[in-house]
Amino acid sequence: MNDSRISGFLAYKNSRYFKFVSALVILAILSDALLPVGWESFGGTWLGYTLGIISALIVLLLMGYGVAKRRGGFIKDTNVAGFRLRSTLQGWLSSHVYMGTGLIILATLHSGFQFGWNVHTLSYILMLLATISGFYGAYVYLRYPQLISQNMGDETLTGLRRKIAECDEVAREHALGLPDEINVLVTTARKETRLGGSLLHQLRGYQGSCPTSFAVNQLPVLAKKYTEISQTKLMRDLYTVLLQKEKLVLRARREIMLKARMQFWLYLHVPLSIALLAALFAHVVAILFYW
Amino acid sequence: MNKKFRIAIIGAGPAGMSAAARAAELDISHVLIEATPVCANTIRRFQKRKLVMAEPALLPLRSSLSFGVGIREDILQRWDDELEGLKVNVNTGTGVTGISGQEGNFQITLASGVSLQAEYVVLAIGLQGNIRKLGVEGEDLAGVQYQLDDPEEFNNETIVVVGAGDAGVENALALSEQNRVILINREEEFSQCKSANFDLLMEAVTKGKIETRVSTTTARIAAGKENDLPLIYVAQTPQGAEQIKCDRILARLGARPPRQLVESFGVHFPNNESTAVPQLSEQYETNVPGLYIVGALAGYPLIKQAMNQGYEVVEYIQGHAVEPADEMLLKDKFKGVPGVSSVSQGIAWIKNTLPLFATMTSLQMREFMLDSVVHIPAQGEVIFKRDDYCSDFYSVLSGSVSIQTEHKPQSVSAFNIAAGNFFGEIALLSGRRRSGTAIANENCVLIETPRRSILKLLHSLPAVRRTLDGVALKRVVQNSFGATLGESQFELLIQGAKLKKYATGDVLFSEGDQADGLYMIQRGSVTVSRLVQGLESVLAYVPAGHYVGEMALVSKQPRTATVRAASPTEVILLDAERVKTVIQNNPSIRGKVDSRYLQRLSTEGMASSSNFSGLAKFLIEHGVGEATDILLIDYDKCIRCDNCQTACSDAHGGTARLDREAGPTYGQVHVPNACRHCEHPHCMKDCPPDAIHRSPSGAVFIDDTCIGCGNCERNCPYDAIKMAAFVPPQPRSIWQIMLGKDNSLPISSPENSTKKAVKCDLCQGLGTGPLCVNACPTGAAYRASPEAFFAGKDGVGTVMRDDK
Repeated sequence: MNDSRISGFLAYKNSRYFKFVSALVILAILSDALLPVGWESFGGTWLGYTLGIISALIVLLLMGYGVAKRRGGFIKDTNVAGFRLRSTLQGWLSSHVYMGTGLIILATLHSGFQFGWNVHTLSYILMLLATISGFYGAYVYLRYPQLISQNMGDETLTGLRRKIAECDEVAREHALGLPDEINVLVTTARKETRLGGSLLHQLRGYQGSCPTSFAVNQLPVLAKKYTEISQTKLMRDLYTVLLQKEKLVLRARREIMLKARMQFWLYLHVPLSIALLAALFAHVVAILFYW
Repeated sequence: MNKKFRIAIIGAGPAGMSAAARAAELDISHVLIEATPVCANTIRRFQKRKLVMAEPALLPLRSSLSFGVGIREDILQRWDDELEGLKVNVNTGTGVTGISGQEGNFQITLASGVSLQAEYVVLAIGLQGNIRKLGVEGEDLAGVQYQLDDPEEFNNETIVVVGAGDAGVENALALSEQNRVILINREEEFSQCKSANFDLLMEAVTKGKIETRVSTTTARIAAGKENDLPLIYVAQTPQGAEQIKCDRILARLGARPPRQLVESFGVHFPNNESTAVPQLSEQYETNVPGLYIVGALAGYPLIKQAMNQGYEVVEYIQGHAVEPADEMLLKDKFKGVPGVSSVSQGIAWIKNTLPLFATMTSLQMREFMLDSVVHIPAQGEVIFKRDDYCSDFYSVLSGSVSIQTEHKPQSVSAFNIAAGNFFGEIALLSGRRRSGTAIANENCVLIETPRRSILKLLHSLPAVRRTLDGVALKRVVQNSFGATLGESQFELLIQGAKLKKYATGDVLFSEGDQADGLYMIQRGSVTVSRLVQGLESVLAYVPAGHYVGEMALVSKQPRTATVRAASPTEVILLDAERVKTVIQNNPSIRGKVDSRYLQRLSTEGMASSSNFSGLAKFLIEHGVGEATDILLIDYDKCIRCDNCQTACSDAHGGTARLDREAGPTYGQVHVPNACRHCEHPHCMKDCPPDAIHRSPSGAVFIDDTCIGCGNCERNCPYDAIKMAAFVPPQPRSIWQIMLGKDNSLPISSPENSTKKAVKCDLCQGLGTGPLCVNACPTGAAYRASPEAFFAGKDGVGTVMRDDK
């Protein structure tokens, strides 16, 4: 059993990337504190340049994860002339997370705290935004899988939808033998109960005044009105089905919410990263030609 | 008719007719005696318009009669014409009741009372006079038949055909045109029929015209209830008893040699097997000089072989030295083998050197050699490596082979397989990785026999199977107890050992039973479980190559656990008393068994206190027991990105070979739909072009010769094989690429494109390792073997290893 399975991406290969990045950051801070370079126009000093080059390389490496995830070429597990070449996406992710974190410190040191309305500061801010969205991503990657498992067990969303449809059908049949008022309640619950919806709906994970929950709440109230014996049994059955449906709906919504939250941040993280790359390019060009 | 002939030929089947035709051609005085009114009676009773095969395809025909693949009617007509043209002296309608006398002066008594004299007698009576029955309750009920004359007589019936030899398969094919046909095969694979029949059968199965049951035997036959089908066929399948209601049962179980009759002529049989054939010289002569046997009775059921023998026997009687028809092919096999200048010398060498094949006739040996390859490896050449997956069988003709069972090279644990022995049987029988590395020593000559041929041989010759099992048993015992056991102790231990087979879920022994012995698992795997608060809790998983049942022997208490087969399992059961005696007499073994006992006690304590049991039960229920390399997903880490699926699809022409979401989940462990590379792959069973192989690394893969028949897809119990057309990867939009969206086509592809079977091949040859695992960003996907899984989970070392 390899340890990577037990450890997960943070502790991948005995946290080798954490150790590496920590060493790098400590070295950078120490150099900064001990070496006689002034804070003024820090980017222009040789230490500033070094930190800048390292940071730029790190950004490229971070983008490398994106490429590795989408193109098989960066994943290798083979023997080349007796030498084992092994890189897995998990390793890429592990380095991505730690390098990204380290980047905040390295880039901040590199900035020399000189901010302004220019492309340099823009790069810095984009870097921060991308990294922060990344932190959120790391959090959901670590936390949400368990929440999803707990919520879904052996079930799939397709299965839930099917069961919900079955409940709707049974509820419809029961309601046919009951007064219009109840029929309307059930029909509304069938037609207007929403799973998913817009991104915002998905992220919130609930439907304000959900018609199914409404029906579940209303039914006991209405039951007082209709007390014929034949109706009582139907009402009881209908209530059971609606309760069951409500549970399924809540589970399905939670599933959709958790998945949406686990995925939507990428829609920020990826464009921000690309914007960062573009800004970084502009920053480097600007420095080389106009500084 | 009281005339003396030079050659009397008894039986006018293909062999007899061919002999008579040759005699007529050479102008030798002869008579062809046939009990039935016509020549070639058996072939005349074949189905109308039946395609008659001419196997083995490689073997050239040598006869004065013509023969080739063709329709029954055409072949019979041609033979009739040719027999007439050659003026063959045919005497039909009366059988032979006795032969006496000796070479030069045989007396042949016919059923009609007439007696004939002949200098030489050729017995070509075949087997068809002595048909085998089912041998179960109800074997003679009306509607149970052993012969099919005209398949068109029956329509819209449900017919159970028993027997997957050529006759059974051909009858099933013919009947399937207008009936529902269920073909019963007692073997796991359809290896007993000719390859052409095999292809037709597979096609019919593909089209849904024939249903099959494999590894199935007949339990009994009962009369059906009123107003229902007239018969109930009770089948013993690996899943348990199955009742099949049917109109008719057709059993084609072959025929036995008419032994009593043949023995009354003074001919010896080498042993008491029901399938034994008379001992013959290479010239087909029996122990009675001048009395020859050819054709099916000599062990040669194929028409072409029989006709060749008919021709050759006449040549031999005339003192002509003719080379058998397969001579050229065999000569090639022995080319370059030192000290072998002729085929007969080579065959004799094999027979004399290898006791395993001692019961085979020279003729069977020749056929066996047609499938095999002779190797002359250089000294130090590696024949196979430990942990490789391959199941060819090797016999050592000369020199020797070192087997190293440890990973360390040149380790002391190496032992030698000397000339006369065989090796490779453990992987053949268990379906597992090679348990050792085989390295050729000086002057080594080996015979390599492919898996399918050796299985066929084991099936047709029980004596070979027994010899093989006997040696395999010794090696299994030796592996388990070490080589320290003295020969006498060893013999004591294995006496009375029994080979037992179990289907998945069968109980080997139950908690509370008296100990009946030690179970050495030869094939498959078992689980050890115990009732804990009324629930059966799985404590351990034990694969082939290990043993169970020692605890009760050591403690002398009743069984403390229940052991069940986790996959189809074969065990060798060693008698309890003998094992106890041997353990008592041998301190080193005693220590070994004792330490295992203690180890098991400790692990079982841990196992029952963890949630291992439920998980183990779940995994076994989903067939993990027979897996060798299975994809599992830790759902506590899986971010449901489906990158495993996308990466797989991208690397394999747009078709993902796994379905991440499908498949069962227990707690955090998810078993996606993907190939688990079974020990005895179900997909390999019925592959017409033999396109499914196992690479030395263990990956079961499909090669380019796949014809798209879909057998493997249907045979896979785990839905891991898909039929797919190759679809070039679709260009993806920038957003799809950046967000990692999968737009690979669904499995179903355009109707008109040819589909081939695709399945996981562990990404061999891509240089990436299995992409499902290596492209998982969070490390949730992993591949495991049941041993590794059960050993590593939660630190519970519940797989028993004797030595580690």
